[in-house]
Amino acid sequence: MILLAQAADGFFSWDWVAGHLDDIWARTVEHLVLTAVAVTVGIVISLGLSVIALRYRWTYGPITWFTGVLYTIPSLALFAFLVPITGLSILTAEIGLVSYTLLILIRNMVAGINGVPDATVESARGMGYTNRGLFFAVELPLALPVIIAGVRIAAVTTIGLVTVTALIGQGGLGFFILRGLNLFYSPIGTTQIVVGTVVSVVLAVAVDLTLVGIERVATPWSRRKATA
Amino acid sequence: MVTAEGHGMIDFLGDVLAWFANPDNWTGASGILNRLREHVQITAAATAASAALAIPPALWLAHRRLGGTFVVAVVNIGRAIPSFAIVVLFLPISIRLGLGIGFWPTFLALLFLAVPPMFTNTYAGVAGVDPELVEASRGMGMTGREVLAMVELPMASPVILAAVRVAAVQVAATATLGALVGWGGLGRFIVDGFATQDNVEVFAGAVLVAGLAIVLEVLLGWFERRVVPTTLQSRAESIEIVVA
Repeated sequence: MILLAQAADGFFSWDWVAGHLDDIWARTVEHLVLTAVAVTVGIVISLGLSVIALRYRWTYGPITWFTGVLYTIPSLALFAFLVPITGLSILTAEIGLVSYTLLILIRNMVAGINGVPDATVESARGMGYTNRGLFFAVELPLALPVIIAGVRIAAVTTIGLVTVTALIGQGGLGFFILRGLNLFYSPIGTTQIVVGTVVSVVLAVAVDLTLVGIERVATPWSRRKATA
Repeated sequence: MVTAEGHGMIDFLGDVLAWFANPDNWTGASGILNRLREHVQITAAATAASAALAIPPALWLAHRRLGGTFVVAVVNIGRAIPSFAIVVLFLPISIRLGLGIGFWPTFLALLFLAVPPMFTNTYAGVAGVDPELVEASRGMGMTGREVLAMVELPMASPVILAAVRVAAVQVAATATLGALVGWGGLGRFIVDGFATQDNVEVFAGAVLVAGLAIVLEVLLGWFERRVVPTTLQSRAESIEIVVA
């Protein structure tokens, strides 16, 4: 009990932060790489599945059902399923992280492309666009705002989930949170928990704002409309 | 790796089945039944407490059309904080408050996680009620309180129920992490299995946790479809995209 009472005086140690800047930087980069790989692979898979769902309408139900089940499985359980198969590896972390992006991305991709006005599609066809040209030159660009909205949610969610992968030996900034948990009765432990949390939140906000910026650059027509 | 040492996936799944078939793993304080009870108990308590804290102020603020920007900010920030970090952060906080380890840090973390989405979805549900309906009700002579209780609340009820379901499933998922701060629940099997490098226990724990989350989602979804009139059901679906 005395030990617990001392824990109540857990301070934040700036000294620890100053002495571990290299460490914090390295884990931040690791965190970003884990996130970037997961979201990129997620976008590629989702694009493929969305194209299938748009072409063969009946597949949309099963696809969202399956990715919905994946999304419902708690993260710790999903990683735990994979550990006996792929071990405590980056692959395990990435498979889990990618699984969580699919539902959000596919839903927004399909909704975005379905949201393109029929008149626009007809005009494009009238101008001689083939299926492929229509998809890449007309539908995809017009659906970008909705798709990027999905990517933003997927990216921010992934940044949060990366911390959980600390439990399977990866984790980026989650490493500090887990180590802090094991030392929670000391100021150095609390400091690490706070550092891991705060940097990961800052990362999420920064990535979100970057994606907003990308959207503005990638869809100049919608910006013109907004200022007009 | 258990599987790497000589026997393959089929043998491994056989071991998992044997684990489930062993009655010792079902009974006692660390048995499946008691862990399930702990898990369901904290999920129900945290979901009910969050609903009680979040829904009344959201109803009132949305009725008065106050604080819309604040609501958006809460959603965005809430999504950026990792739930793993929240569970761990509440351990020192709970100890500082004299509440110790185990139940309370887990419960408080779940509350912290569930209140913002319930608040914002309730708010969005009420704010999204057709203004013409509200105006017509006022024209019929209803007071503000009556409009809220007899028009806005019933119209928003599908969205509010959907918000409670989404929050309950998320709470059940996050309660798994309570095993890291001394709470029981089904997460115990995964965390203990990791600690002792017992992949069979880890996998069995994952089956239990995933099963509970899916059963909860299906049951609450079924309940929702039974309770909500079909004419209002499309409204609940439109809000869910915002939640995810």
